[in-house]
Amino acid sequence: MQKSIRRYWPVFLLPTVLAFLIGFVIPFISGIALSFSEFTTITDASFVGLKNYLRLAGDSSFIHSLWFTALFTVVNVILINVFAYAVALLLTKGFRGTNIFRTVFFMPNLIGGIVLGYIWQLILNGILANFSRTLTYTAWYGFWGLTVLMCWQQIGYMMIIYIAGLQAIPTDLYEAAYMDGASASQVLFRITLPMSMPAITICTFLTLTNSFKLFDQNLALTAGQPSDMSELLALNIYNTFYGRTGWEGVGQAKAVIFFILVGALSVLQNVLTRRKEVQQ
Amino acid sequence: MREKKHQPLLTLAFTLLSLVWVFPIFAVVMNSFKKKVYINRYPFTWPTGKSFVGWDNYVEGLRKTHFFNAFGYSVFITVVSVAVILICTSMTAWYITRVKGAVSKIVYTLCLFAMVVPFQMVMYPLSKLADFLKLSNPLGIVVVYLGFGAGLAIFMFCGFVRNVPMEVEEAAMIDGCNPLQTFFKVVIPILKPSMVTVAILDIMWIWNDYLLPVLVLDQKKYQTVPIVIQYLKGGYGSIDWGAMMAMLTLTIIPVVAFYLAGQKYIIRGVAAGAVKG
Repeated sequence: MQKSIRRYWPVFLLPTVLAFLIGFVIPFISGIALSFSEFTTITDASFVGLKNYLRLAGDSSFIHSLWFTALFTVVNVILINVFAYAVALLLTKGFRGTNIFRTVFFMPNLIGGIVLGYIWQLILNGILANFSRTLTYTAWYGFWGLTVLMCWQQIGYMMIIYIAGLQAIPTDLYEAAYMDGASASQVLFRITLPMSMPAITICTFLTLTNSFKLFDQNLALTAGQPSDMSELLALNIYNTFYGRTGWEGVGQAKAVIFFILVGALSVLQNVLTRRKEVQQ
Repeated sequence: MREKKHQPLLTLAFTLLSLVWVFPIFAVVMNSFKKKVYINRYPFTWPTGKSFVGWDNYVEGLRKTHFFNAFGYSVFITVVSVAVILICTSMTAWYITRVKGAVSKIVYTLCLFAMVVPFQMVMYPLSKLADFLKLSNPLGIVVVYLGFGAGLAIFMFCGFVRNVPMEVEEAAMIDGCNPLQTFFKVVIPILKPSMVTVAILDIMWIWNDYLLPVLVLDQKKYQTVPIVIQYLKGGYGSIDWGAMMAMLTLTIIPVVAFYLAGQKYIIRGVAAGAVKG
């Protein structure tokens, strides 16, 4: 069978591979190369060694956005997952209206980041107006504003994954535990939580990368205001590319660092939580 | 299924929480009928008397933007891209799972790799390459979406294909089907539920995507819905909140309608997609 399929490679393999080369492989390789070059368009690139990386290390806005993003990611991963898990636990108890509530909580996910940013700009500025403040008063207003937005958007998504995970836990485990006289908190910490580790792995991974790579919401809600202090990494990179002439190479170098950080975080997170998964 | 218990307190608490959850959307729709100056200052009041402006904000928003054109382009790009991604990547996934060899291994490894690469890493060279290859139109961007979306889609389809029983495929081949017939007549029907999953994840991504189309598409001719919304924020950060509310409403309503119509599949698809991740 392998032999006859192999003869059909121009149909099965070629279109995707060509698009993959255009949409990913070639831009990725030239991205690495450009990070060691100075350029304003691709054709006038000249090799400058590590210069871009040295300039990047001295760029205080980049260092600031790095810490800002790290803190934002930690806060969001914790908040979103704790709330999503709690909601999922309650919604699997099977009381009246659970399906409707599930539908409502998931809805914001269908709405895109740019649109979400302006919706929440309206709501949050409306509330803050009572205290004569706006979202761009200090960077922390933007920070918590973005956090509220992300919770509103992502809790529903993670909740769906947690519900699927909780429903997959065999019920005889619970019956056995109650038979042995386990308390509700023992059941939660000894059975429910360990048995939902696969879902926790996925959800922490998704929230981690979503928060770390956040762009649209940041652009629409505060656009980095005041004076780039509420800028997350992705927006900082974008502004370096398209807002500062002569900094294109530095922007690409920042993007390489960004990629390495995202890659390292994904690998690390997967190793750490997978280790805690129990065999079913 | 466990029996539905009657727990009025939980039902009440969640009803309140649900109202809080839908409130932002409700507020946008409500404010779209209010006069500009009232939106910013009193976003939580009902449009009455002098603050009510009827459809004025909609007229103004549609005058400022080509919203319906953008909506059309968004629909076209999303539908065509998702269809192309589904067919091409499922074929590739089947090929690299069934045909063992160096090429298959390399493609699969590259897909895994592509999944963790953030868009910012490739955005600059990609936009230049797309421009050079004349892909900066609604049909050309489909190639870009296929290329950048291939990683995740192939990875997911590979997981699903491994569960397709090979005996069925072999039987079809023995009966005289060539690989193409086998794939479209035997494999695709088995893969259908997985196709729905991949389709939903990709629809959510492409419909809402802002950065890729803004960089790839020729902005003078083609804009998508998120681009139009962002465009409403003027060059100096000033926003016409009346037009903004109206255009946000026009953006949200179809999405919510689509969601309510297909929510069963969407929620199931998201849950199924995560298991493989």
